[in-house]
Amino acid sequence: MTAAGWLTIILFAVILTALAFPLGSYMAAVYSGRHVILTPIFAVPERLLYKLLRVDPKREQDWKAYAKSLIIFSLAGWLLLYVILRTQNAPWVPHVLNPLGYHSAPWNVTFNTASSFMTNTNWQFYSGETTMSYFSQMLGLTVQNWLSAGIGIVVAVALVRGIIGRGGTSLGNFWQDLVRTILYLLTPLSVIAALVLVSQGVIANLSTYLTVHTVTGLTQTIAMGPVASQEAIKMLGTNGGGFFNTNSAHPFENPTQFTNFFEMLLVLLIPAALVFMYGRMTGNRRQGYAIYGAMMVMFLGAVCVAYVAEAHGSPAQHAAGLHTGVIHGSTGGNMEGKEQRFGIAGSALFDVITTVTSCGAVNSAIESFTGIGGAVPFANLSASEVIFGGVGTGLYSILLYVLLAVFIGGLMVGRTPEWLGKKIEAREIKLAGLGILITPLAALFCTALASASSAGRKSISEVATSATLGTHTPQAFSETFYAYLSQANNNGSAFAGYTGFIQPNAGNLGAHGITFANLLGGFDMIFARYAPILFALAVAGALAGKRVTPAGLGTMRTDNPTFVVLLIGVIILVGALTFFPALLLGPIVQGLTGHLY
Amino acid sequence: MRRDIVTSIIGIIVFTILLGLVYPLAITGISQVAFSGNANGQQIHVRGKLVGSKLIGQNFGTPVLEKNGKAKEEKGAVVTEVDPRYFQSRPSATEGGSYNAAASTFSNHGPNSVKTEEANAENIKAYQELNVNPATKREYDPGLTASKIPVDAVNSSASGLDPEISPANAWIQAYRVASVRRLSLARVDALIAKYTSSRALGFSGEEGVNVLELNLALDRISAGGV
Repeated sequence: MTAAGWLTIILFAVILTALAFPLGSYMAAVYSGRHVILTPIFAVPERLLYKLLRVDPKREQDWKAYAKSLIIFSLAGWLLLYVILRTQNAPWVPHVLNPLGYHSAPWNVTFNTASSFMTNTNWQFYSGETTMSYFSQMLGLTVQNWLSAGIGIVVAVALVRGIIGRGGTSLGNFWQDLVRTILYLLTPLSVIAALVLVSQGVIANLSTYLTVHTVTGLTQTIAMGPVASQEAIKMLGTNGGGFFNTNSAHPFENPTQFTNFFEMLLVLLIPAALVFMYGRMTGNRRQGYAIYGAMMVMFLGAVCVAYVAEAHGSPAQHAAGLHTGVIHGSTGGNMEGKEQRFGIAGSALFDVITTVTSCGAVNSAIESFTGIGGAVPFANLSASEVIFGGVGTGLYSILLYVLLAVFIGGLMVGRTPEWLGKKIEAREIKLAGLGILITPLAALFCTALASASSAGRKSISEVATSATLGTHTPQAFSETFYAYLSQANNNGSAFAGYTGFIQPNAGNLGAHGITFANLLGGFDMIFARYAPILFALAVAGALAGKRVTPAGLGTMRTDNPTFVVLLIGVIILVGALTFFPALLLGPIVQGLTGHLY
Repeated sequence: MRRDIVTSIIGIIVFTILLGLVYPLAITGISQVAFSGNANGQQIHVRGKLVGSKLIGQNFGTPVLEKNGKAKEEKGAVVTEVDPRYFQSRPSATEGGSYNAAASTFSNHGPNSVKTEEANAENIKAYQELNVNPATKREYDPGLTASKIPVDAVNSSASGLDPEISPANAWIQAYRVASVRRLSLARVDALIAKYTSSRALGFSGEEGVNVLELNLALDRISAGGV
């Protein structure tokens, strides 16, 4: 551990807060329909889009209508994405968008990929540079990077509207929210971010792969592509699907010490700003601060554990006789699967950031993290993405937890639970409870199914050297568990050994997918994305119509430190109770033992 | 319902054109004009020939030749042996030979895996062997013991394409390179300092030595340049 490492972590939290606060105010203005600084630029394109889409933005939607628009639009996106991915070498695709003549990936892998990008998961069984043409990356994957982020954000906005609603059933208009999110929020941020990234060395071209004659007379082929545009929205929209196989570890996606820090900020910017936006829109900014505080405490806790564990080094390193302490000119630690320019702190922090959110981008190999360091992403995922969380998903998920905490707090003091002046009744609690439990349910069900079936074990790569152990090791279980936990949380990061795609050659000739893993994962993602969205919107609908009673002396406050502690307690309790047995079998066993297998 | 379907179909087509075609092409176009070096991967040419990208690490080994003069291959990858004149990059786990920049891959070695331990032990051994002058059997860096080997010289990188090594790793290898190339150690160390990237903003990330740039600078000196 180094002073610079700790300083990185502290300054990250400070800079993030300083950037997210004003953005939150801006977003509150955008979604309240007020005039903002970019209105003069985007007002005309906005009206034009409504006309083109045949949308009347003034038409108010109740939660069912809002959900219906959202589901149908998602389905249309899934279908087009599937078609694009399956036709990347069709005759009508211009050569410049498929310079290497790549064929399409098989149907099962495409099913998984289309589901993955539609749900903001970006789980990737494929490897970008050997599977996807520029046509697929741009028209297929980049587009869903935008739209899935937009859909997450609008659900959060709709839930906030429900919470602050003063009678009536309206949650706003889905199409208006989506268009505004894309124009006023994602467009300016993506364009700026993409150009900053290129200025630091991220590539942006449509060239064919380079052939290099190296210094020592070898031949090296270097993959190219329109990376910067996708990289920007990949991080901003907490998508996380890498252009290249090694994602943000690849020097063309994340070339310098600066871009690493910048990309980390991009990931948390909108999730953090949404919390401040929530405070603004409720008319009591302290409501936002309380949630922000709870998130920040859990976030920093996770970062500290990961950093200390990775700086300590792994049992395999120590058994080989490697010294993992800090020496002059090297910061030591577990550098297996980590890049020199990011070091231990830059890798541990990045890993925590992308696993507390639904981003799932990686700049280091999570599978090679130490037992405890690797348990941190597990714990983050087990908290169901409420520590900042994905764009939108984080806010609507934690608001369901807030509802639960208010309910539990109300029971403890023996009063009817109230939240922002609204009585919490059986219906809301049932919906919130289901919304919270659906993700663990999907994750554990799929893990059990995959661990117990021979079809599921085919995907495991970490096979022990002893034949009797085979795929029955803690690491093998970790791989499987992480795969379905990550997909259920729409995260997309991986213990990358878990495979679903056998690809002997670049370009997909002769490649085949493992149907079991691809289908199970695909349904895992879709179910665990849309069920919580529906519950969140239903909660919004239930709350919207409630009358507000002024707070009295006996009202439990939801904007003070006591409530922050209660909220953290509820989140940890739910996460720990549901996942602890499974976590014990994988990463915790590994963290507690120096035993090699 | 019907209204939503119509809007969805028009919407997905409009957004695909705007976000999937206009946006990436605009960014790519602006980048090609404003940052053409970066946008194309910071290619390095020597005497008009493309020798690599500043950002992509290389294998600084020479091909092992079979008796018939052809490069020896194993599993479709050219077998190489370390060229002691050059600084060596970090271990790389890419398939189809190390530093395969057409297919970046993680090693995915688990922290408690025997395979990881074996790979580490093997890399430590190779690093120590490289420190021994085959002619005189003397060590280039007399102070090098197993416990002084920096982790980045033994652990494989995340991308398998890491263009950098730690300064500690470079300082150790400098003894060998200086000796083989008959340069003073001070001169090689000065080159290392020149091609070391620093922490961003003074705190983010770690210092790293760009191996390709360093090796090209050494070649220029050996060829009689400055």
